[in-house]
This record gives sequence, structure tokens and C-alpha cells, in this order.
Amino acid sequence: MIDVQNITKRYGHHTAIDRVTFSVAKGEVLAFLGPNGAGKTTTMRILTCFMPATEGTARVAGFDCVEQSMEVKRRIGYLPETPPVYQELTVTEYLTFVGQLRGITGPALTSAMDQSIGRLELGSVRHRLIGNLSRGYRQRVGLAQALLHDPPVLILDEPTVGLDPKQIIEIRELIKSLAGSHSVILSTHILPEATAVCQRVVIISGGRIVAEDTPDQLSARLRQSEKISVTLKTPPADGEAQLRAIPGILNVFPGQSGGTYLIECALGHDLRDEIARFVVTKQWGLLELKTISMTLEDVFLRLTRHEEGLSHPTDSPEVATDPQPSVQEAAP
Amino acid sequence: MTPVQAIIAKELRGYFVSPIVYVVGAVFLLIFGFLSYLYVEFAGAQAIQLMQMQGGMAQINLNDLVFRNLFASMRFVLLIILPILTMRLFAEERKLRTFEFLMTSPIGAHEIVAGKFISALLIYLGLLGVTGLVPTILMLFSDFDWNPILTGYLGMALLGAFFLSVGLFASAITENQIVAAFVGFGTLLTFWLISGLGALLGDTPAGQIITYISFMSHYEHLVRGLIDTSDLVYFGSGLALMLFLTHRVVESTRWK
Repeated sequence: MIDVQNITKRYGHHTAIDRVTFSVAKGEVLAFLGPNGAGKTTTMRILTCFMPATEGTARVAGFDCVEQSMEVKRRIGYLPETPPVYQELTVTEYLTFVGQLRGITGPALTSAMDQSIGRLELGSVRHRLIGNLSRGYRQRVGLAQALLHDPPVLILDEPTVGLDPKQIIEIRELIKSLAGSHSVILSTHILPEATAVCQRVVIISGGRIVAEDTPDQLSARLRQSEKISVTLKTPPADGEAQLRAIPGILNVFPGQSGGTYLIECALGHDLRDEIARFVVTKQWGLLELKTISMTLEDVFLRLTRHEEGLSHPTDSPEVATDPQPSVQEAAP
Repeated sequence: MTPVQAIIAKELRGYFVSPIVYVVGAVFLLIFGFLSYLYVEFAGAQAIQLMQMQGGMAQINLNDLVFRNLFASMRFVLLIILPILTMRLFAEERKLRTFEFLMTSPIGAHEIVAGKFISALLIYLGLLGVTGLVPTILMLFSDFDWNPILTGYLGMALLGAFFLSVGLFASAITENQIVAAFVGFGTLLTFWLISGLGALLGDTPAGQIITYISFMSHYEHLVRGLIDTSDLVYFGSGLALMLFLTHRVVESTRWK
């Protein structure tokens, strides 16, 4: 549905995005993840025909974004970073205007509006001036605008900004419900959002794609060892050294609280059983034993901080699994 | 409703919701009314003088004494007021980030420019229509020739349309409304002042070209009751050029 090949965008000497290539299948939800200024908005603007790429081609539904921009625009629903609403119009007037610009009129417009208003629960504010609505409502009006003509492709630039937690969950549900029938690209820097709604994640940093995969596989690919956390009731003074003696254990770090240890073992070796037996035999009082998986957050930080991509992962367990050193530093 | 009509409707609503149209309309009509009153008073005073000198009824030409002066004075008023009417049209869209929405809607830049220009023109022609009250009222008390008044109105309509297109262009190049208004004033004032330069250079080719570029002589002809094709061509081509430039500026955001 969306096919982007080697697009580069330069503003003078500044390169905003550099040879970005990705594609989105029909019905797929793709998250664009990256720190501020990574090039997410630039990429979206190229896809929505707001501006052309300096190099490379972008195609939406088989139409070129430069040569056949009208066809592309008809098939896209776009929510820019700032909801594009006119404050002097009411919600109904605004959506009518949007529909008219898209050539929807008469009963078709009425039913499209009703559907859009219903989907985003704007019924109670439909006759109010947008200028008097809260940020969350404006954001939803912006989304209603993008969904109005039921486009096959949706491009949403940070769709949940400014919403309260309940609304965020509702919008995520909405986006999930669009999957299958719509192709969606959404940009975000909220990581759980990407995990919650997207089948695939593209991590972009400094204008380049540094990783592209499913959220689960991304964390799996970046993980170099299994990590286990164990909490003991009565840990011995040399607990670290004793635990290290268990065969298969690569390393042991002290955890956040007194009785907690973080244990690293080789990839593919789950030593929880051995550790449990060892601790019980020693009668240290086993309180908790769990594996620690790498969250998308860790993956993201690692990729965007080192910008080395998946091919050269650095060995830094602190970054990957354990926020503990920084927490200790912060404590008085 | 076509996209252009939708934009016109939206812009008209924007005008009436914001205070701009009320303030601009009130000032425009107040000045028009006040100037009409002044010129009619002068004409009356002159009539009395003439009566005292010649005795009996004196023929007063309202066309010369009132309307020509009135239309000539309106140039300056339009120059000040019309850029204020157009300043928000594009600048506000850029500021509020709705410009991106317009540009990613399946409509051409020419439709956006046309819709916005027509909405401003409609407001202006509406105001001009209200000023028609002045000659209508004067008609009840005096006799005058309507033809030069109609050409004067045609002149005001053409001059106003040209001014609006300059203002629209100024609005398209910035996201600051104040800057847009001042660029509009500045451009129009330059068009005005170069007529002085043209007069200074006199009957040389350069002088003739500069005089032609300024709107002064073209407007003057219409106010005097002269419909000359070259004047109509001047306003038509000036308008087309400014709208074309506006279109290019709006389009060019895609190429930056």
C-alpha cells in the first residue's frame, strides 16, 4: 500500500532524512518511532504530498507522491502534528468543510460525518465552536477529519498527544480496529503505544532507519543474554560470589534493594530451575525469581543512543536491563 | 458544493466571526460617508457663492465637485484598508498549521487562491454596494449624470480587486498578519508613488512605462468617466499577475 524507496530530504545543507526505505502492506499498522527531530514528520509530509523528497520515490496505493499527488491525496487521511482545526467553526461545520473539500456532498456527507463523530465520541460537542474545546477534543476532531472519507491509508502524526489516559486507550483501540481494512502509519515517541497497537515498528534516528521489525523480535534480536532477577530474604554477605559459582551463569550484579541480584546467563539457557534449587538448598529464603525481558524502551534507547543499529550491538547490560545505577546515583 | 465554494463559504464565515470585517467595514463606510458630507458641503458653499455672484440659479456640477473628489480620495482609503482585509487569508493558515491540511487535501493551489480571493472580493463589493446609498440619496435632491458615477464605481471595483490581489500575495509570503498588512501597504504605496516619478520623467519612454505601471492614471480615467480598454487591460493583467504570483508562492511551499 505504501512503498518508500531511498527517500532523502535535504533542507539546504541539513539532511532531515537520509535514504529511508520501508513499506507498509494493506491492513498493516506501522509505528514510526524516534526521538524529536529524527525525521518522522518529514517522512510523513513527503507521503502526504505536502512536499517532495529531494531524492527517491514514495508511492501510496500505487500512485507516485509527486507525479500523481491528487490521486494520493484522495486516498490518504492525514492528522498532522498540530490538529488542523479552524477555531471559528463548530465541529459539524468543520467536518462539513472537510467533506466538501474532498468532494463528499449530500447524504453521503451526513452519514460520513455521523460515523466519524460516533467513532470519536464527539456527539456531545458537535455544535460547539472548536476554539472553545479542550486540547483532547481538538485532537479528536483532527482525527475525525482524517477518518471522514474512510481512506485506505491513514497517516497519523502523534495521534494520542494531549489526550487523557482513558482517551489514549480509546484511540489505541480505534486504531487497532482500523487494522486489517486500513493501512496506518503512526508516529510516536511513546513506546508502549507502539507495542500496544502496531504490528511493525520502524525506529528512525538522525534521519536514518536504525531498526525495523515487530516489537517482540526487536527486543529479542537485541538481547545478548538471558537476564534473571532473584530476590532473597536472608542473603549472605558473599551472595554474588556464591551465585556466580552456579554453572552456566555469566555474571551477577547487585540489584536495587539489598536482597536482589541480577543474574546474566548465556542466550537460550534458562537457569531459573538451577538457581531456585541452589537458593533453597542454601536456605536463603527465596522471595522472587523472574526473567527480565528487554522492553521496547531499552531497545529504543540503545538504538538511538548508540546509533549503531542491530549489526553492532554494544555490550552494556546496565542500559539494556537495569535502570539501577542511575537510580542509585540519584538517591541522596 | 465545489471545493472553491466551500472555501469561499468558510472564509466568509471567518470574516464575520472575527472582528476584522466589522472594524474595516465601519471605518470604510464612516470615511466614505464623512468625505461625501464634506464634498457636498463644499459644493453647497460654492453654489451659494456662485448665486451671489451671478444672481439667480447657479448650475452646480455634482459630478465634478462631489463624486470625482470622493472617488479620488477613496484611493488612499482603499490602500490602507484592503490589505487589512486580506492579511489573515494565508498568514493565519500558516500560523495555525491548517495550511498543511489545505495543501494535503485533494484540491489544487489555484482553487485555494481563487476561493480566498473571491471571499475577500465579495466582502469588498458588499461594502461598495452599501456606499451606493450616497449617490442614491443625493439623487433625491439634485440632478447629476449617473454614467461617470458608474464608471467611478467600476474603477473602485477594479482598483479594489487589484489591491486585494496584492494583499493576498503579501499574506501568502508570511505567517505574520502584521507583516502581511505592511508588505501590502508598502507595495501599493510604491505603485502609487512611482506615478510621481513617471510625471518627473515626463514624455520619455521610461516615463511612459512608469506612468503605465502605476495605477494612478488608469483609475483617474475611470473616475473621469472614461472607459479605455488599456485601463481595463491594466487592471485585468495586474490582477491576473498578482493571483498567479500568489499561486506560485502557495505552490512553492511544496518545493522548499
